[in-house]
Amino acid sequence: MISKAIAVARKEVHQISRDRRTLMILLFVPAFFLLVYGYALNFDIRHIALAVQDNDRSSASREMVSAFVNSGYFDFAGDVPSDDDITRVINRGDARAVLVIPARFGAQAARGRPAHVQVIINGDNANTATTVLGYALGIVSAISTRYEAQARVGSPLGPLLTMEPRVWYNPELRSALFLVPGLIAYIAMITAVVSTALSVVREKEFGTMEQVRMSPIGPLAYVIGKTAPYFAISLAAAMAIVFLSMALFGLPMRGSWPLLLGAVSLFLIGALAFGVLISTMAETQQVAFQMALLTSYLPTFMLSGFIFPIASMPAVLQAVTYIVPARYFIVALRGILLKGVGTAVLWDELLAMSIFAVVALALSSLRLRRQWA
Amino acid sequence: MTYAIDVRGLTRRFGHFVAVDNVSFDVRPGEIFGFLGSNGAGKSTTIRMLCGLLRPTAGTAMVGGVDVSRDPEGVKRRIGYMSQRFSLYEKLTVDQNIAFFSGVYGLDAGRAAARREFVLEMAGLRGRERTQAAALSAGWRQRLALGCAILHEPPIVFLDEPTGGVDPLSRRQFWRLIRDLAQRGVAVLVTTHYLDEAEHCDRVAIIHAGRLAAYGTVPELKSSFASRPILEIRAPEAVRAMRALDAMPEVEKTSIFGTSVHAVLRTPDASAAMIASRLEEQGIAVTACAPVAPSLEDVFLDIAQRSAAA
Repeated sequence: MISKAIAVARKEVHQISRDRRTLMILLFVPAFFLLVYGYALNFDIRHIALAVQDNDRSSASREMVSAFVNSGYFDFAGDVPSDDDITRVINRGDARAVLVIPARFGAQAARGRPAHVQVIINGDNANTATTVLGYALGIVSAISTRYEAQARVGSPLGPLLTMEPRVWYNPELRSALFLVPGLIAYIAMITAVVSTALSVVREKEFGTMEQVRMSPIGPLAYVIGKTAPYFAISLAAAMAIVFLSMALFGLPMRGSWPLLLGAVSLFLIGALAFGVLISTMAETQQVAFQMALLTSYLPTFMLSGFIFPIASMPAVLQAVTYIVPARYFIVALRGILLKGVGTAVLWDELLAMSIFAVVALALSSLRLRRQWA
Repeated sequence: MTYAIDVRGLTRRFGHFVAVDNVSFDVRPGEIFGFLGSNGAGKSTTIRMLCGLLRPTAGTAMVGGVDVSRDPEGVKRRIGYMSQRFSLYEKLTVDQNIAFFSGVYGLDAGRAAARREFVLEMAGLRGRERTQAAALSAGWRQRLALGCAILHEPPIVFLDEPTGGVDPLSRRQFWRLIRDLAQRGVAVLVTTHYLDEAEHCDRVAIIHAGRLAAYGTVPELKSSFASRPILEIRAPEAVRAMRALDAMPEVEKTSIFGTSVHAVLRTPDASAAMIASRLEEQGIAVTACAPVAPSLEDVFLDIAQRSAAA
């Protein structure tokens, strides 16, 4: 049986190497996705154009402006003397935010009296606006605390309450680090599910499946031979993404390599079995592709927590995410890559992925066996 | 004598539809057995049951001494199968195709090498070992597909419409290969709708609407016309001639054969000259009118019409 499976695998490798299109999908699409998503799917917001209307022109007001600019989040985009100018720069997109410092701001602040600064934010993109608002609040409250301390003359205590934020695992809160695990899941799904399903259905379409079924090779040897090359390719692609992300985006690898390989393999086995399951239901490559797209690629993209946080989904969708294997895979990968945690912590995720793999294997072999003879 | 294929009362139902209805026949080792019928008559369903791909609803089929319902995997080891699609891997080379099928048939390295030589020789593909299957002509692909189907030297070979889409020269060459196989004791069951090809067969079965409509050697099948001569009539107004012939009491039935009309007579007494003169009496010009030997096509149409009437 093993020699028959090897014969099938060897044939599949020959076929893949002859098929430029499949080869491109398997080798270049992952790298392409990594670069596009790694650089473009960036939720960090920096270099926000900030216009300033300084009606105070004191050292305190200048200090306020430089606090904004020196935070690294804002770029100074010019002075706007009049209120009409504010509307103009926001409408023209010259500035996303405008800082308005009222007259006598410095004097008030120095005496420990309440002073107001106004921050006008362009809300046409709600996500960006929320982030900008957060940055502005942080800067203003830091300065406010300092004035408060100065006003309590003689107080050696400094501010009463301060927050010392420490962001673990991804201290710069870089989106790339957060996205890479999702990206690996996404790419593994494409290569494993889509290419397996298509390659089996292609054999149905060309009649070679019928020819193979007439020979004394069991469905098991056939499927093992058929999926082994795709397993190897998908595993290589996933690991290549990890290495590329380490080189390009400074992805840390804090956990154990064997555990990483194990988790990726477990996920891939489930995905390959799922691809075979689809191939038993579809008769044409077109149908197989659409089924694969709907059942694996879209859920992996939308419902796995890759991009949209599961916690903020409606309850019905949250329930659906429990059957999306990528959900567990992404948590496991983030754990291994960013946190360096082991099986003790990731037990639930590994168990869920094992259940998915076993169910997919069982269903696909059941259907295949029934179709085979 | 043990039969290579022994089919008794084979039946297959799909819901209420009876695709194969109580079919019985046998094929001996070294025999070329033709399995004829129009599309949808039940040919493919029968072959799929004999190859162990489809379970019979009733009846038994022994292939190479193995019961297809009990041991379909055992059947697969004893048979070679080639379909009309010449199911090769088009992107692979000739050699890679041969290597793949050697692998799935579980040949060891030595035997695989020997069989590779045999197939290259038989198919005339020496020097083209590294050519992609897709780049071969239909005739070559057909012979390569046959070679791949008999790599494991099966005693029984099923050929499902093996000559479709192939030029006449290649067809002739292919039939020579089939005869070689049979001479070496291989039982060959071949389906075809080219009735002229059935003349290559030692015995034929005609299946119609799931039932075995005729079964025997080609001369045996033609003997049903022994007491019913067939006249071939050429007339410029073929349709008018046909209508006139149908009206004559001596004529059982007529059918168009290419540019001429075949008329089956009810008795051997009626002569060609008499029929020709009767047509001319009605003002229908007759270019030629002579008795002809029945072809398998006459037999086939006769059976189809009779079972349609029944």
